[in-house]
Order: sequence, then structure tokens, then C-alpha cells
Amino acid sequence: MLEVLKDSNQKKLTAKDFSSDQDIRWCPGCGDYSILKQVQSVMPELGIPKEDIVFISGIGCSSRFPYYMNTYGMHSIHGRATAVASGLKASRPELSVWIITGDGDSLAIGGNHFIHLLRRNFNVNILLFNNQIYGLTKGQYSPTSELGKKTKSTPVGSLDHPFNPLALSLGADATFIARSIDREPKHLKEILLRAERHQGTSLVEIYQNCNIFNDGAFSTFTDKTNKKDNSVYLEHGKPLIFGAEQDKGIVLDGFHAKIVSLKDPNVSIDDLWIHDESDRNKANILVRFFEDNSSDIDARPRPFGIFYQEERGTYEEGLNQQLAQEVELKGAPDLNKLLAGANTWEK
Amino acid sequence: MTLEKENTQVKNVLDKVTILYAGDSGDGIQLIGNQFTNNTALYGNDLSTFPDFPAEIRAPLGTLAGVSGFQINFGNSAVFTPGDLCDVLVAMNAASLKKNLSRLKERGTIIINSAGFDKKNFRLAGIDPADNPLTNSSLDGYKVHQIDITKLTRENLKDSSLGSKERDRCKNMFVLGFIYWIFNRSLDSTIDFLQRKFKSKEEVLEANLKVLKSGYHYAETSETFSNRFEIKPAEMAPGLYRNVIGNQATSLGLIAAAHCSGMNLFYGGYPITPASDILHELAKHKNFGIKTFQAEDEIAGICSAIGASFGGDLATTASSGPGIALKGEAIGLAVMMELPLVIINVQRGGPSTGLPTKTEQSDLLQAMYGRNGEAPLPIVAAQSPSDCFEMAYEACRIAVEHMTPVFLLTDGYIANGAEPWKYPTAEELKPIALKVRGARKEDEEAYLPYKRNEDLVREWAVPGTPGVEHRLGGLEKDKESGNVSYDPDNHQVMVNLRAAKVNQIAKHIPKQELDSGTTDSKLLILGWGSTYGAIKTAAQELKTEGVDVAHAQIRYIHPFPENLGELLSNYDHIIIPELNDGQLVKLIRDKYLIDAKALSKVKGQPFHAQEIKNEVLNHLK
Ligand SMILES: Cc1ncc(C[n+]2csc(CCOP(=O)(O)OP(=O)(O)O)c2C)c(N)n1
Ligand code: SF4
Ligand SMILES: [Mg+2]
Repeated sequence: MLEVLKDSNQKKLTAKDFSSDQDIRWCPGCGDYSILKQVQSVMPELGIPKEDIVFISGIGCSSRFPYYMNTYGMHSIHGRATAVASGLKASRPELSVWIITGDGDSLAIGGNHFIHLLRRNFNVNILLFNNQIYGLTKGQYSPTSELGKKTKSTPVGSLDHPFNPLALSLGADATFIARSIDREPKHLKEILLRAERHQGTSLVEIYQNCNIFNDGAFSTFTDKTNKKDNSVYLEHGKPLIFGAEQDKGIVLDGFHAKIVSLKDPNVSIDDLWIHDESDRNKANILVRFFEDNSSDIDARPRPFGIFYQEERGTYEEGLNQQLAQEVELKGAPDLNKLLAGANTWEK
Repeated sequence: MTLEKENTQVKNVLDKVTILYAGDSGDGIQLIGNQFTNNTALYGNDLSTFPDFPAEIRAPLGTLAGVSGFQINFGNSAVFTPGDLCDVLVAMNAASLKKNLSRLKERGTIIINSAGFDKKNFRLAGIDPADNPLTNSSLDGYKVHQIDITKLTRENLKDSSLGSKERDRCKNMFVLGFIYWIFNRSLDSTIDFLQRKFKSKEEVLEANLKVLKSGYHYAETSETFSNRFEIKPAEMAPGLYRNVIGNQATSLGLIAAAHCSGMNLFYGGYPITPASDILHELAKHKNFGIKTFQAEDEIAGICSAIGASFGGDLATTASSGPGIALKGEAIGLAVMMELPLVIINVQRGGPSTGLPTKTEQSDLLQAMYGRNGEAPLPIVAAQSPSDCFEMAYEACRIAVEHMTPVFLLTDGYIANGAEPWKYPTAEELKPIALKVRGARKEDEEAYLPYKRNEDLVREWAVPGTPGVEHRLGGLEKDKESGNVSYDPDNHQVMVNLRAAKVNQIAKHIPKQELDSGTTDSKLLILGWGSTYGAIKTAAQELKTEGVDVAHAQIRYIHPFPENLGELLSNYDHIIIPELNDGQLVKLIRDKYLIDAKALSKVKGQPFHAQEIKNEVLNHLK
């Protein structure tokens, strides 16, 4: 491997150390700013030397992100950040690799690489900036836009049933699935920390407001007046409680989630669904807290937090084990022996 | 058997023989072809092979479409092609005879498995049974030997516990044993091979060995051939030799380059004929620390390689036409980021899916121009199976030393073909000068990722190196800082720089030499890639016939060797044979403004030396 020279006297880093000297070009008010800020502020807390951190993105507004980070970075091509990151991580497992991608980048053009990255379980973090629109190309609907979405390319409404990114990820056997939102910095930061600590691919869907082409797409979850009624924040081992007055709970009745009022004297907090990050079956139901018009539950809150986490060997561990095994089995590499092959003759 | 008898049977001594093994794709033709090749190489003949098989894994049995062929040309002096026409045709069924008879020399020998010439086989091959080639006079001009190989194989194995299908599958060993006897060969290399292959399948091993030996003894006792033949070992430059297949040589070249540059080898790719064997070969040598990554598609294959390159590995990817088309955008990214990357195109017949198992050289212009924007990159091409080693090595060297993606072009013909190879030792290989940027000290000036040295090569800093963190990407870069730049003048400068950097590589590659002939020769045959053997043979034969032609084979296509223009200016006549519709000829005419003439062939088949000779003779008329 290439010799990488290390600076021994690591000084304590701050968020500022992670900010590059490049002017930020997002529209004023774009949700991307807040995400950038949280990422920069979480970096010093990771305890990873700056030079060991790499941000890889595809193409889109969100994918400009690496330019603003004073780490190693690559602004690659549309949809392929996941594939680039796979190769980087295979070659350099010790690096902390972050993938920055949009809903179009990861789920339209890059959909294939996205699911394959998840199943392989490289130890990387994916931050999926979901603004339910194509920002950079000025406002066409995306694979996460709601059915019937009117945009420049769909003046009378889109016909595509949208992807549910978390359900898709769970279907692809992702080992860490979480959702956060640009407007909840504290929550986002916490999730980012947990994502980095997870050994395996951590998928973090981040609801991000594009105030130019899809303003208010997530206002249900950000408007002070009703956000608490529309979102439930998941915490491992804690019951699912939400509502402006923290007066609503969710119980699990078979495979059906039901909303109950904690004001109801017949309802005890002990009856509520206790969140368990390791429960895949429950995660399957939680990721489906999504389609508002489905029959098994009326208006249900959108969950935020870590839906599911599982320990599974990472691709790069397996890869390196194989290499070590092969050395044991076949011996240290001997180029001359390899070049000669099994049968030679002399002239 | 008495010694006397043996003595009388040996031997007609020949200079060169071409055998074409042909049969159904299920007949194990490729296997016996490869076995005979290894045996021939060990025996010391020079040789060249041409496996030719259908695209379908189980093509319809007995039909023309299902015929699989393996041609080998071997001799007591240098052999450069698998031969135009063959001396011996082995035909396992009616379809294989019908398809290949035109490739047999006049008065050539045909060895026929008569069991493959029943009514059913005639029907499948589209032959009217009334027109049975074994009984009508169509084979009169040939020496025909009919053997019921199927029946003899079955008889041999009547006590075997194997099923009838498995027993019949051994009949290729009968043929191999038979041919071994005719050419006075030892069975050892194949016995060895079978013992390794069927280590854990004793019954199958026994059966194969038995049939192999019985084919050998049958040839001896049946006196089908009154004579055995011998082709004396060839005179070759002294040294150690081995047999090598093109794709294998390519893989070894990559491994050697990684070794000599002290880098880890990364390969990202997606299976495609005829490039897959590179992935297979590399995956066999994981003890060399090689990371092979079978990606979900070609785009992911090259993108993973780009990621690995960013990480400091010697990154490679291989594919064939359709896959290379998919990689186009990512190649542009590598051009923009100026990262080392080797892209191998094992060309096949196109366009689209084209002719997956047939050979062609029609992706040269794709390599040269097949990207959006002005995106120049170096291109090298291998000219024979063993040359794949050197050119793969060179592709890596250029990529690393000049911080650029590099195309290596081979094709199905040399990728699957084999020849003896005077292999080098690790110590003999050209060193590869890998320079990587170290950590930046506090007082050192800022790292400028796109600052260049005198060869216009930028400095490589890999993640993990403190103080030189930087961002790369596909957006146009400022000429030094590498920051995104939309400045019009800067774009012009960068376009010029990227082109100049590639052109500058001409200073670091060998000068173009003539393979034969002189600068006074009347005509130059200029080739590139796999046409080497056919052109060389044609040039040699023309010379013995008193026609003075020169031959040069270009292996460095972009940039061309510095002296190429001057060399070409010596000739009034230049012919460029290519397995495409005239692609190198376009580049040559464009660059040197000379009236080079194309000799095109786009049939999915390599040139015959005779075709090139005819063109030269026509031209000089
Ligand atoms: C191969 C290719 N096709 C199309 C484009 C144009 N393009 C750039 S970004 C984009 C969509 C971006 O949407 P998203 O990924 O959601 O990112 P956002 O801008 O919303 O952050 C498209 C279609 C491109 N750059 N490359
Ligand atoms: S277009 Fe939308 S997503 Fe893009 S920068 Fe502007 S606000 Fe942000
Ligand atoms: Mg978007």
C-alpha cells in the first residue's frame, strides 16, 4: 500500500477546521446549509483525524457538499457516489467515508448502486438529502415526489408512485436505517454520530427543504403549530409517544399500529409500542408509517430516529480476511513464481 | 509392439502443421484444444492458437450454429498466426465438417467421428441425407479417416459406473489420444491435468484416462496412419518459456505492475465476453493482495476503480464494447480528476451486442473519442497473446507516471489465443516511478492539487495524508488550486493542458521500429493490435517471393511514437489492414496528411496472411 505520512501532533479540532475556503453556492434559505453546519459540528466529536475523512458525492445541489468540507472529497458523477465510495472503502478500510446524495442521485440514476451498496454493507455513511425534487436541474419531480406532483416536467401531475427510501433500504437489507430533518439540528447531529459509530452502511435519510422548487414539502414536520402531532421521535427502549402535549401513543395490535390517546383512562403507557432498534419486523411496520391514505391506520405520525440497526460483517472485513487467508493458503506473493506458471521449458 | 515396428512408423518430419478441432459445443473441443496446445508448447514447438466458439453456452446441438472450433498452428520455426488453412481437420459431427471444410487445404486430412454423421445429424446440419458427404464424392480430394469414436468410447467404458451421458463426454479424450500418437507426443501433460481436474471424482478420472490411452493405442494398432509425424522443436531465442493465453498475460501484466510500483492492485468490473477471464485470473491470485470487485454493472465497476485510485491503489477495470460504452462518463471523470486508471477493452464484434465471441478492432475510435467534451487519454494496444503482458504493464506505468486514465486495447482473438512466452523475471521489468505527496508541514505552502511538473503531471495526494486535504470532481478546475472554476480563459487553458499532458507522453514511450523491411522498401504495411501475426507472416512470405515490403506494428496509439511521422514519410504506399471499417487509417491520415490506404475486414474473424498478401500484390500491380 501507499505509505501515508501522519502528523503526530494532532491538535483539538473545531467545526471551523472542517469548513473549506470555498464560497457556498446554495440558495439562501436552502435546507442544505443547516445539514452542512451539523455535519461540520459533529466532525470534531468523532475523534477521527481530519485527513482520514472523505466525502464523496454524486451530482445535484446537495452533492456540492464536499467542496465545503475541508476534508478529502470527491464530487463525482450523477448517481455513482455509492460506487466510488465502495471502491475507496475496499481499498482503504481505515478511512471514514461519507456519501452525500440527493433523492434523484441515489434513487433515480443511482438506484442500482444504492441497493447494492446496502446489501454489501460497506462501513460507510450515506446522507440522503431528500427534498422530493430535482433541485439542480430546476425543479422536475423526483422518485420521492408524491403522486400527482405538478412540476415543469409534469404540468398535469406525475404518474409515478413514489419510492419510500427507508422501506427500499430495509428491503435491500441495510444494517442501519435512520431519518432526520434539516430543521432539527440536535436530532440530526445525534443521528450522524450514531451513523458513524455503526459498523456497516448507515443510511440516513434527511428531509431537506428546497425553498425554491419544493418549498414546504416537510412543513408538516417543521411547523411549530402541528409538527408534534405529525412526527414521532424514536428512542431505543422508549414507548412511541407523540403529540403537542405528548398525549398520544402508538400500540401494536398484531401487525397493525394503532394510535391511542394517553388521556384515555383505559390506556396505560405500558401498553405502548416500545421501540426496539434491533427488531426487524417492527422496523418493517415503522418504515411504512408513510402512506397517509393506507387503511390500517388513519393519520399517523412520521417517525424520525433510528428505525433499525443490525450487526453484520462488512464487505471490506470479508475482503481483507480473504486476502489474509489466501496468503496463508498459497504463501506470500512470489512474482517470479507467478510469471513462470506451472509449466516451463528452456530453450 | 516391437521396437522395429515403432521405428518404421516414425516418422515424417514436417516444418509446420495446422490442426482444426471442430465439433459440437458440448463435445469438449476447447478442452482438447488447450490440452494439445500445452503439450505442444512443452514439446518445444512455436505455436499460435485460435479458439472460435458460439456465443450460446448450449447452442442447439448438432447445428451449424453450435459448432465450436479450436485451431492451432505449430512448427519448428517462428509461428505468428493460427494459420490460414489447416492440414488436419477433426470433425466430430456433420455440422462441423460442413462449416469448416472450406478451411482445409487441398489434399488435407480429415478425421471423422462417423457417429456424428447419422440421419439426425444431417437433418440438424441441414444436409440432405442423399448427399451424405461420407459417401458422395465431395471428400475425394482429401485423406479421410472415419472412426466411430462414440462407439469405441462406449465400448471402452462398458464396465464404468458412470451414466451414459458422462461416458459419452469422454470421447474428446479419444480424439486427443489419437492425435497425440500421430504427432508422437507423450500423454503426460494431459494425464497430469486430468489428475488435478478430477482429483475428487475418481470414476470420471479413470474413464477419461482410459479413453485417452485407448485413443492413443487405437491410432497405433489400427494403422489408420501408416506414419507418425514429427515437428521438431523450434529454434527460439534462448531463455525460459511458458505457454500463455492473452487475457492471462494481461492479468499478469497488471499484477507485475502493482508489484513493481509497490501499489495494491484493485480491479472493479462486470462480467462480459471476452473480458471476463481477466477478472477470473486476477481473482485466483488474492495472495498478492489483489482486490477484485465484481460490481453490479460496468458503471459501478469503473467508479469503484476510480474510488480505489483516489485511495492510492493501482486501479483497473476491463470490459468489452458494450461495457466500455457504459463507462464513458466515468472515464471523463478520471480524465478531469487526473487520476491513474487502466481501462482494458477486450474488443469484440459490434455494434450493440454484436458478435460477443468473435473478434474485431472496431472500438479504436471509441477509445480515442468516445467521451463528451475534449477528453484525451493515452491508448496502447497489444499485438499478440504474450504482448498483452507488456502492454498491460505499460498501460499501468503510463497511468501512474502521468496521472491519467489509460486505455489498453486487446481483442477476442489475442485474448483467447495462446502462444509460447519468454517470460521475464521481476528484476527485468522496467521500474515504475510512483511519486506521492507526503504530509504538509505547518510552514509549508498550501498544496495545489493541479500544479504540474515539467511533464505537466500533477502531484498525487491520497486520503490519510495530513495537511493536503483537497476536493476533486468533474467540474472544471482552476489550473492550480483545482477549485471549481467557470472562468472562460481557465477552461481553454485546462483543455490545452490536458491535451498537452497526453501528447507529452510521447517522450516516454519507445520509438516506432520496423518489424521487417527497410525504409527503402516499396510499401509499408502498417498495423496495430492483433493483426500483427497475419501481417508479419504475409510480409515474410512476400519477402521470400521477392516482394520487398516493410512492416510496422503500432502499439502506442495515442500519442503516436515521436518518430512515426518521419518513418511513414519514407513510403509512397502505405496499407493499413484493420478488423474494422478503417479506423487507424483515419487517425493516421488526420495526423500526418498522408494517403494511407485501408484494408478492412469486418467478419468477426482475424485476417488470413493470404488476404494481406493479395492486397499488397494488387497494390503493387
Ligand atoms: C448523467 C447525468 N444526467 C443528468 C444530469 C442532470 N442532473 C444533475 S442533478 C440532477 C438531479 C438532481 O436531483 P437530486 O439528486 O434530488 O439533487 P438535488 O439537486 O435535489 O439536491 C440531474 C437530473 C447529470 N448531471 N448527469
Ligand atoms: S434549488 Fe433548492 S435544493 Fe438547490 S440550492 Fe436552491 S433551495 Fe437548495
Ligand atoms: Mg433532490
